[in-house]
Amino acid sequence: MAADLKYEFLADKENHTLTIKREFNADRQTVWDHHTKRELLDQWFAPKPLTTSTKHMDFRDGGYWHYAMVTPEGDKYWNRLDYKSVSPIEGYTAMDGFSDEAGVVNPNMPRSNWHVTFADATGRTLVTTEVVYASAEDLQKSIDMGLEAGMASTMERLDELLPSVAA
Amino acid sequence: MASERSALDHVFHALSDPTRRAVVARLVKGAATVKELAEPFPMALPSFLKHIDVLENSRLITCNKRGRVRICTLDREALNVAEQWFGEQSRIWQSRYTNLDGLLQNLDKKKNGS
Repeated sequence: MAADLKYEFLADKENHTLTIKREFNADRQTVWDHHTKRELLDQWFAPKPLTTSTKHMDFRDGGYWHYAMVTPEGDKYWNRLDYKSVSPIEGYTAMDGFSDEAGVVNPNMPRSNWHVTFADATGRTLVTTEVVYASAEDLQKSIDMGLEAGMASTMERLDELLPSVAA
Repeated sequence: MASERSALDHVFHALSDPTRRAVVARLVKGAATVKELAEPFPMALPSFLKHIDVLENSRLITCNKRGRVRICTLDREALNVAEQWFGEQSRIWQSRYTNLDGLLQNLDKKKNGS
C-alpha cells in the first residue's frame, strides 16, 4: 500500500455532516466494483476486528444492502443501506440505518444519508463519502449512543492508563 | 496552559475510581438525583457524597438543588464526547479502507502473475 494515499476526515457539527475522502491505488471501475458487489464488500467493509456478512444485496435505485458486522465472538450488528440513486461508475446516494436480522429498520435510531462519488485522480481513484444526518439532534443521538457503547471500553483503557499516571 | 493541565488532572483523578466511573456511566443515560446515584453502592451517604464532590470539582458533572433534592447532570463538553466520537468514526473509516487497500493490492499481484 502506498503510504501517500490521500485521506481526509471532516466533521461539521453545525451541518451535521461527516465528509470522508480517500484515494485508492486502482482504477475507478475496480474501486466501484468493490463498493457495490456483495462478495467484494464482504471482504473489507467492516473495520477490524469485525467481519462483514451480507444477507441481501440489490444494488440499484430502490434496492438495498442488508448486512451484519460480526464480532470475533460471533455477535451480529445488523445494518441496512437503502439505495436511492445509482449512476455507474460516478456515484450513488443511499440512506443508512440500523436494522434487525429480518431487515426491518429501527425508526428510533438515527439515520443518515450517504452521498458517495468516485473520481479519477492521476492513476488512482478518489472516493468522497458525505454522511449527512437528518438533524443536529440525530447526530447528537449517534454521539450519545457511541458514548454509552464506548463508555465500557474507554473505562478499560483508562484502567490501563491510570496506574502510570498515579505512580 | 497551567490551568488546562490541571483541569485534565482533575478529570483523570475523577475517573480513577470505579464508583465515580459508574456514576459517570449512569449519567450518560440522563440526569439523576444524588439519591438515585447512591443507590447501587453499599457505602454510607457521606462517603458517596465525597465522590460526588470530586466529580463536581472536576467539572465532569454539575449538581443543582431543586427543592429538597440535588439533581446531577453530565457535562458533555468536559468529556469532549463529540470529539471522541468523531475520532472513533475516523478510525472506523481508516480501518475499513486499509482492508480495501489490501484487497486491491492482491488484485494487482494476481494480474501481474506474481
